[in-house]
Amino acid sequence: MLQLFNWLIKTFPSLASHQELTAFVLFIILGLLVLTFAAVVAGSLTYFERKVAARIQSRMGPIEIGLGGYIQWVADAIKLLLKEDIIPENVDKILFRLAPYFAFLGAGLTYLVLPFSEKLILADLNVGVLYFLAVSSITVIGILMAGWASYNKWSLIGGIRSAAQIVSYEIPSALAVLPVVLYAGSLSTQDVVRAQAGWAGFHWMIFQNPFIFISFFVFFISMLAENNRIPFDLPEAESELVAGYNTEYSGMRFAMFFLAEYSNVFILSAFAVTLFLGGWQPLFGLSLKIPGTAVDLWKLFSFFFKTSIMVFLVLTIRWTLPRVRIDQLMGLCWKYLVPIAFFDLFGVMFWMVL
Amino acid sequence: MTWNAGAILIYMLLIIAMGLGLLFGNLLLGPRSNNPHKADEFECGSELKDRSRKRFNVKYYLVALIFIIFDLEVVYLYPWAVLFRKLGFFGIMEMLVFLGILVIGLAYVWKKGALDWR
Repeated sequence: MLQLFNWLIKTFPSLASHQELTAFVLFIILGLLVLTFAAVVAGSLTYFERKVAARIQSRMGPIEIGLGGYIQWVADAIKLLLKEDIIPENVDKILFRLAPYFAFLGAGLTYLVLPFSEKLILADLNVGVLYFLAVSSITVIGILMAGWASYNKWSLIGGIRSAAQIVSYEIPSALAVLPVVLYAGSLSTQDVVRAQAGWAGFHWMIFQNPFIFISFFVFFISMLAENNRIPFDLPEAESELVAGYNTEYSGMRFAMFFLAEYSNVFILSAFAVTLFLGGWQPLFGLSLKIPGTAVDLWKLFSFFFKTSIMVFLVLTIRWTLPRVRIDQLMGLCWKYLVPIAFFDLFGVMFWMVL
Repeated sequence: MTWNAGAILIYMLLIIAMGLGLLFGNLLLGPRSNNPHKADEFECGSELKDRSRKRFNVKYYLVALIFIIFDLEVVYLYPWAVLFRKLGFFGIMEMLVFLGILVIGLAYVWKKGALDWR
């Protein structure tokens, strides 16, 4: 972002007198690009998920519409756009209308600090990691609002279950990120990735010491729970609660919840990669040999390659494991993950001192 | 040139604008029809038996209370983690005391049975 801005100023000297305006316009364009990217990724993920599910269950999945079924998600989006936006009579109208925006904000805002590559990041905030943890839990406000406003018992149960779940798993996930911050000595996501530089991935956070290795799994499990993925998808347990908090939603409002959910899958994988698996650090340390822009492309590829593997893992988990019960869910969080995360923190502290 | 707060604000407005745009598209393209049954809440197609404004399990409140305490503590840990290398031995001892109190709190809550979901 900053490099691009400096480059623009250098190439077009006439822009130098309107620096603020240039930066503003540039940011809006880039922001829109990233949001479009987010929407496309979320859409593609719905297709990808159906494909993975189909393969696991020995089916074909979507194959009819264009490019081996890939256009299916565009068709789905258009279908949702053409549906009626029903607002039931007894709902709390204001909260009902507001809720999808919060879900959407929680998913979209995290892209601001996501380092796609060394130079590709919207804004390299100096509190990036904290910002990520804070913003990713805005979704819970939307879900709780939707559940409460819907005036429907299924929605209410889904909403409060989801709130309790997300709120509880916030703590192990925040504690599991701490060792990474301890090692990197900075909250900026770019600095965290830079701290993982090294040959062939032996300097990734996850391999730095055994405690961070445990931390990674704590983080991954709690992020799965925070994003309501199976095996922790109690808020929308189809067999018990119809569809949970979004039972009453239809048309584009439903699509916004859906979009938020799937873009959270990408975000969860992308941040697991950024914080623990070396982010955009080039695979096989190839940056030493190839010059120029090829390095940047290779870094971008490394990031997306690792992220795709994580996404695939998340989707596979969904279609492999059964749903847990709510007492097991809370027990897992407070009686296993939180103590383990505390133990990890002590461990990392002493490992760094000794 | 620093971006921080301004960037977050602009980006937030962009996302809200995107949401508004999507809903506006839906408004233009979607059909409208009035039907008294459509305005009802969902109840598997039958008549409504039960509304949602009623009591739910007290456990949810308890979880929220425990969350507030622990989340605040965890947020306090972040500035310390950034400065860990600079603080040296003093930082470690301070944090051991702080974390010790936190772990005792967790043990107390556990002992009291607030973590058991019944």
